[in-house]
Amino acid sequence: MLEDHLISAAHLSRDDIEAVLDRAESVDSAGRAGHGSHDGHVLALCFFEPSTRTKMSFESAMKRLGGETIDMGSVESSSVKKGESLADTVRVIEGYADAMVLRHPSEGSAKLASEFVDVPLVNAGDGAGQHPSQTLLDLYTIRENAGLDGITVGIMGDLKYGRTVHSLAHALTNFDVRQHFISPESLRLPRNVRYDLHEAGAQVREHTGLEEVLPELDVLYVTRIQRERFPEEREYRAVAGEYRIDNGTLSDAHPDLTVMHPLPRVDEIAPEVDETARARYFEQAHNGVPVRMALLDILLGGDR
Amino acid sequence: MSDTNEELRVSKIRDGTVIDHVTGGQALNVLAILGIDGEGDETVSIGMNVPSDKLGRKDVVKVEGRELSQSEVDVLSLIAPEATINIIRDFDVVDKNRVERTTSVTGILVCPNHNCITNADEPVRTEFEVFDNGVRCSYCGTIVREGDVAERIDARGVGETAL
Ligand SMILES: [Zn+2]
Repeated sequence: MLEDHLISAAHLSRDDIEAVLDRAESVDSAGRAGHGSHDGHVLALCFFEPSTRTKMSFESAMKRLGGETIDMGSVESSSVKKGESLADTVRVIEGYADAMVLRHPSEGSAKLASEFVDVPLVNAGDGAGQHPSQTLLDLYTIRENAGLDGITVGIMGDLKYGRTVHSLAHALTNFDVRQHFISPESLRLPRNVRYDLHEAGAQVREHTGLEEVLPELDVLYVTRIQRERFPEEREYRAVAGEYRIDNGTLSDAHPDLTVMHPLPRVDEIAPEVDETARARYFEQAHNGVPVRMALLDILLGGDR
Repeated sequence: MSDTNEELRVSKIRDGTVIDHVTGGQALNVLAILGIDGEGDETVSIGMNVPSDKLGRKDVVKVEGRELSQSEVDVLSLIAPEATINIIRDFDVVDKNRVERTTSVTGILVCPNHNCITNADEPVRTEFEVFDNGVRCSYCGTIVREGDVAERIDARGVGETAL
């Protein structure tokens, strides 16, 4: 699968995942700079909606591999604004590059785009759909800190709209991981995600409070609950407040707990947690570079 | 009463297709799958709630001068799993097949997710994977339960002609 495109974490086997993570680990141990094996390779960055960090992370990865990036620029300044279809846009751009990264506001856009191009395409987020490179860097961070087998992971916050969460939960079904989902009733995992997890053999354990599962967790993955998910400010404040963590909240946790967050955060993790060894969210963000280097290296046919 | 006699209640056709043993009440949805809305020139006859030994009540749809595409048969299998398709040439049944449930259907159905790329102006047909109690969009993953499939038929035939 990985020799083609990367559209969805759900398509990744355990072997695919481990191939990327192992490669990322060797990139990391060799120092992230100067893997100049892709001199002359060009990566096209096609961002139909802004996501500066993801774009910078891919740019950094490609440049550290010795390659170059070209950028479609903003949608406002491109042919897309004149009504060009996505299928046409990617067919033009594929001629300029050896691989492409696509971020697009519609679900399924990456799958559609991949059907029209021959160069490897990486989905960097399709609407509320998939964002598999984020999933890979999450898995990498979990593996580095807690291992990926025989662990218990709690995923907390907005589980309804959070695609990061959906992809991660899918991917974790490839490993011996017990998963707990902690969210307000109104933001629990959607039916199709529960169905998939169930099909993949996972037992979906849902909770409305963190206290009941916290002591069991090796990893706590926190996501942001957004204001716009609630009709009223008051309701939002009441709900969001219950899913905020600080050192007090974490006092019952395992001493080696790994706390993760896809960032940006607002106030769901108190800054005091940053100072503790548990805080791994900045490391997680930094891991985007070696993981994307590994991914691009594999997709561009680097030596295996 | 045998089904053969019942078929006489609806006028015979010379060349075309008789879709028989359609689940009672689904005849209009069958027309929607075929993209027949009365605007075209096909001669169509429908029997609704015809007594049937097999189904209790069944619908029958007869279309003159028309055979079904594989996509149409695939979607038909979702809403009328017992249906039989009879190809008629010169008043004779020359071929008779039961619909078979497939693993995926392309075209005809529309994804209920407005933000799905298949609902944008792209050169693509919809595609749904079929599973035990529904179908699922191959592009965005949205699930349509079996009972709701008929509501997702694109009556304007856009799903079919988009390519
Ligand atoms: Zn869809």
